[in-house]
Amino acid sequence: MVPADEGGGLMRTDLLTETVDGLDEALAAVDAFDGALAAGLLRPQPAQAAGLLELADAVAGTPLAAKVTEAADKAAAGAADENHFVALAAARTALLGSVHDALGARVEEATGRPRGTHTQADSPREPGEQVNVLLAARSWLSDLARCGWQGMDHDVVSGAAPVVSALLPEPGLRRLAALLDGFAAELAASCPGASLKSVPERRWADLWARAMLLTVPGAADAPETGTVTGRLLPLGADVQEHPTAVQAQIHAVLEPADGSGARLVRASVSAPKPDTVVGAGLWQLLRPHMSLLEALSEGRSMELTDMPVTAEGDLLWSDDHARKGEPADAFATARVALPTAAEAPTAPLDRHPSRLAVPVFVEGYAAQAAEDELTFTIAGPELHVDADRIPAASPLTPQAVAKSGACIGLLRWDAGRFRLQPLAVESTVRKKTVALHAGAWAGGTTDKVGAKGEKTATDAVKVLRERAGRLLRK
Amino acid sequence: MSPPIRPGTVLWCMGDGALSGWERSSTARVIAPARPRKLAKVPFVELADGRLQGVVSSGSDISRVYVSSVTVGAFAYACSTNNNRPCGGTSSSYCNHIRALIDQAVLQYGAERVARYLKCDLGDTEADAFSLTQAMVGTHPMPGDSNAAATVFSRFLRHLAYLEFDATTAPLPEMQWFPPTRAVA
Repeated sequence: MVPADEGGGLMRTDLLTETVDGLDEALAAVDAFDGALAAGLLRPQPAQAAGLLELADAVAGTPLAAKVTEAADKAAAGAADENHFVALAAARTALLGSVHDALGARVEEATGRPRGTHTQADSPREPGEQVNVLLAARSWLSDLARCGWQGMDHDVVSGAAPVVSALLPEPGLRRLAALLDGFAAELAASCPGASLKSVPERRWADLWARAMLLTVPGAADAPETGTVTGRLLPLGADVQEHPTAVQAQIHAVLEPADGSGARLVRASVSAPKPDTVVGAGLWQLLRPHMSLLEALSEGRSMELTDMPVTAEGDLLWSDDHARKGEPADAFATARVALPTAAEAPTAPLDRHPSRLAVPVFVEGYAAQAAEDELTFTIAGPELHVDADRIPAASPLTPQAVAKSGACIGLLRWDAGRFRLQPLAVESTVRKKTVALHAGAWAGGTTDKVGAKGEKTATDAVKVLRERAGRLLRK
Repeated sequence: MSPPIRPGTVLWCMGDGALSGWERSSTARVIAPARPRKLAKVPFVELADGRLQGVVSSGSDISRVYVSSVTVGAFAYACSTNNNRPCGGTSSSYCNHIRALIDQAVLQYGAERVARYLKCDLGDTEADAFSLTQAMVGTHPMPGDSNAAATVFSRFLRHLAYLEFDATTAPLPEMQWFPPTRAVA
């Protein structure tokens, strides 16, 4: 093992609290637009018009300038069409893309890791017969923009249902389907908008703008750019969920068999789900589709042969290209392999601060649990810890994080600051080092609490399948 | 650590102190996830279409289900089988199917969210399944329109179909906006 102060890997947390040039200005323009959108663009007030123009001004020096200025003018007059809304979403996305890049550069400085080279993806595939459903989605999003969050009601929000139903069966449209389904559920739970005391303006504008861009045919394509062969060393599991979808992403270091440099990769598996499938049920749903989840639970590496990969470092997982390897301790991987593993670049349209999820390793900190805030202090300013992102079906708990001495985590940025999402921690119990992993139960568990959760989830799905078998085919 | 969030709490209801940065957060949690519950008796419940509505399994016939609902505001009730035969228990007030539906809705979404959705004013009484049912029954609600049964049943089938869609190993970058919360733990 390489101590942090000899072989690199020491994170410069001091850099994470320093000001990033231009960040406040870019976000101010985003906020101005978000405020205009919140009130609805059917009959904009002068303050809304000003917000739209502020967004247009912020991209004045870019190739988007002419289109966005026209769109902002039309929208300010209450006369925007669907293409104008797409242009406004593009301008907002470009601004947040620049924020992503600035924050990403800062993270790179802090970790001191090499940057991977960009592989040019092929040009997007020709759009197929999916164009109609994309246009239906765009039409719903335009209606939403006209109402605004303050003016939305159940009638407008329920317009998403037929669009989602048309998108879901097509795996190639899953990105937009999962996004719209989760977004519409939040809006429905918050209706009518007129009675909202406060609105998550940044979030809903994010979801609106991303969905709008995904209605452009080809925008969601992330094609295979090659294959990889070598040893995959898992670092940990990140789970994302909304009522009707779940995704698990395994972050790992890949050591290519050809001897080229180690690189960071992700393996993802996702599925739509009924809202009553939760907790261990999420793992049960995903388990059959990716053998890596079991390897993760067992603390093993995997040997990959010709596994397809995208330019962003996303493995397009297929069990046919993977077999279980030797035991591999994630903390050994984090200490030895992570400091020199190169990170893949983010696809242009995906550049957004919420996309930043950079694997890091920290140790030798003082963990502090204040009333509602958990922090690590490592020779400098404190690093905030986001323990709320640990999945429910996991042996890792916020309490365990608060007592830990070493942590593998994902460095993220939200609401103006960096935070560390724990993927695994080490702590000392009776002079022995004990590790706890967020994804330890991904492949199943014999833990007492875990097994109880598994049984509850199995029973729930059994009932739903029984009901489906009896009722769906009548 | 974030304060514990009760299941089903719509988070903008919390005090401003808890919301610092919330409006400028891309990953603000808006709905807490459903609490795990046993589904055998009430496989489906939702707050939609101006009703608390769902499907309740028959106690005697495994191939029969009841479609039950209560409307927002008026608390008008309806209960019939999926083959549109009226339930025998609704002659004067809420039948046992409707009561079970309310119980399970409270388990899944939390009593406060259900009460707020139904526009049921509980005054100073603590919201739970019992107080909610009492408050609605106390207004002497009328039987409602049972024509919604077909719609509710088809929504249940749509819900079941979510188990049938293929999983994918192509990444969904948009799911980054949907972090879990520890609310259900």
